Amino acid sequence: MSSNAITIPGAQIEARPWVDELHLWLTTVDHKRLGILYILSALLFLLIGGVEALIIRIQLMHSHNNFVSPEVFNRMFTMHGTTMIFFVAMPVLFGFANYLAPLMIGARDMAFPRLNAFSFWLSFLGGLLLYFSFLGGSGLYGAGSAPDVGWWSYAPLGARAFSPGHSSDYWTLALLVSGFGSIGTAINIIATILCLRCPGMKINRMPLLVWMNLVMAGMVLLAITPLSAAQIMLLIDRYLGGHFFDTQAGGSAVLWMHFFWIFGHPEVYVLIIPCFAFMSEIIPVFSRKPIFGYPVMVAATVCIGFVSMSVWAHHMFTIGMNSYANSFFTLTTMAVGVPTGIKIFNWIGTMWGGRIQFKTPMLFSIGFLFQFLIAGLTGIMMAASPFDWQLSLSYFVVAHFHYVIVGGILFALFAAFYYWYPKMTGRMLSERLGKCHFWLFLIGFHLTFDVMHIPGVLGMPRRIYTYEPGRGWDTLNLIVTIGAFIQALAILVFLANLVISYFKGAQAGNDPWDAWTLEWSIGSPPPVYNFATVPTVASRRPLWDLKHPEDPDSHYE
Amino acid sequence: MSAATTSFPNASPAWDLPSRGKVAMAGLIIAESAIFTIFVVAYLFYLGKSLTGPTPREVLETPIFYTICLLSSSLTIHFAAKSLERDYTRLFLGLWLLTIALGGAFLYGTAQEWHRLIFEHGLTISTNLFGTTYYSLVGLHAFHVTAGLIMLLAVAICGFAGHMGVSQSSRVAVLSMYWHFVDVVWVVVFTVVYVLGR
Repeated sequence: MSSNAITIPGAQIEARPWVDELHLWLTTVDHKRLGILYILSALLFLLIGGVEALIIRIQLMHSHNNFVSPEVFNRMFTMHGTTMIFFVAMPVLFGFANYLAPLMIGARDMAFPRLNAFSFWLSFLGGLLLYFSFLGGSGLYGAGSAPDVGWWSYAPLGARAFSPGHSSDYWTLALLVSGFGSIGTAINIIATILCLRCPGMKINRMPLLVWMNLVMAGMVLLAITPLSAAQIMLLIDRYLGGHFFDTQAGGSAVLWMHFFWIFGHPEVYVLIIPCFAFMSEIIPVFSRKPIFGYPVMVAATVCIGFVSMSVWAHHMFTIGMNSYANSFFTLTTMAVGVPTGIKIFNWIGTMWGGRIQFKTPMLFSIGFLFQFLIAGLTGIMMAASPFDWQLSLSYFVVAHFHYVIVGGILFALFAAFYYWYPKMTGRMLSERLGKCHFWLFLIGFHLTFDVMHIPGVLGMPRRIYTYEPGRGWDTLNLIVTIGAFIQALAILVFLANLVISYFKGAQAGNDPWDAWTLEWSIGSPPPVYNFATVPTVASRRPLWDLKHPEDPDSHYE
Repeated sequence: MSAATTSFPNASPAWDLPSRGKVAMAGLIIAESAIFTIFVVAYLFYLGKSLTGPTPREVLETPIFYTICLLSSSLTIHFAAKSLERDYTRLFLGLWLLTIALGGAFLYGTAQEWHRLIFEHGLTISTNLFGTTYYSLVGLHAFHVTAGLIMLLAVAICGFAGHMGVSQSSRVAVLSMYWHFVDVVWVVVFTVVYVLGR
């Protein structure tokens, strides 16, 4: 596609003073720069949230440890959870959606570039607001304090009586502000995908990544908003003397749990569906086969989108719902496993008989497949409400959802980093450091989260500050902590790879993976205008058609 | 961007896509509906659960006149948008101002009701669960009416400055979508608060 480059006077890359460069980044409305800003802010918070995780793990390393005080421990797990979900996972996935969706549909930018910038800064400043609580949490009477009521801030913990000062307010406002940012981005993604597709990019020809991000954005509209509404209610309670969650005035603590989990469970799918999207792009390319069952994949995604809206109360089996509610949420939770299973089947179907290339993105993808399957299976175990009564609020649950979030989401994200980094920077990530990162992280992950199930089964509760010796938890917790440090080491290798390869990596060229979607038809990094000429596509794999004019996909679709 | 297109093999040229403004407004309306749903659920859930008075039956009066004002403003904004499409600028401006007046009347009605509740019945947001849920649900709606009125006023100012013409009609259509949404929400709030809730 050598014809696909034009010269615009003044648009060439030239050395600018760093102040100009900074100004450019701070005021940009370009979807590629904003995507990278999203990803960088997420990496920053990943480091912070990771340090918090290590503090938690050091404290639990052996019984009667006094590494931190109980108050600090509560702050650490609250901040760790809030940070990782709202300021790492969401922004990094929005970042990839921002960067890739317009490129994959052949668009110049997102539908609303300024809304895009506004949403990013809302979400980033929301994160800063959360961390400002360390300084201003007590209302600036000297030492501050971060929120310490858990990432769900169960009522009445969030009420004034139990959470004095401003720590909970920072938590509430940070989530409210970043939530508005998420809604803005979701609207933007939907408008971009529906309204800016290049000629020929019919809805049934869109790359699966685009399809899945469309579903994800739709879910954000319905999932983040209940949280925003609940946060507004909490603010009314705290500042205007309202009684929404004030049990002494007849309010209901359980209602808060419902509102929180109506957000909380779809949120898991908001995070995992873009990861399915990465898998659906990466696995075909490294198996050298088109995706197996494209329409079924789309149908399964939409199906997950709907069913996952009706599973939230499986987080609440232990609060004593009636048997009809228990049965309903058990059934819906098990049902959501079906479309997810279809997806895993289709990815394996894609690999089956393919000429698989074990590059780093593919290694992480295969890790994802196995780990996400196991995470799903422990999920099905706990979907059975009697089983959940036994193991809820134990480390088994912690192990389960970290298996989803780390073993699933994070592995898929690493695959995406290794796959699209060449497009974003023009340089390949080092394969040697990449394989080192993969194996270290894999070992650390399994050491931590496989072993973590066992103290849960042995009865170790979540959120405890420390524990008595002689319950059979000590050795297991020590292994878990060692695994956590191996993961931290792997993350450092990954960050080193990002930095070193940026300066020393091999030149990527337009299409280093011999891939099939539109973003690989233009330069790496793409020019500001993306496509010099508006592409027109005729099939789901436009670059395949271009490379193989004698046998294009469009003959078969 | 260059007008020439790179053709991948066998591409069909005909291409038609929805307007991004309408799609985005539809997205916003879906998100807002979810927020209102949560507040409506809270209102219904706490009906009759207040530990102290006053109760809705004792103090609420059905605001029929102001409801008619708000609902008819949906009609006037619809015809205003239509007349702008046909470039009847003066008719547009007249209907637009009428819409603002009707929306303003509705807000006045809400303010009057709140004044009566607070000063005659002593019901505030912290009195009881009814107060908490009532003021937040009706207040959330009134907030949306206010935001809508600010946008309508901005358009009216542009109209007096002579900037409103056919070229702006698609934007006005998007704004009128929002206004219709605010009206539909009022139908729900009215039903829940003044019909079912008493």
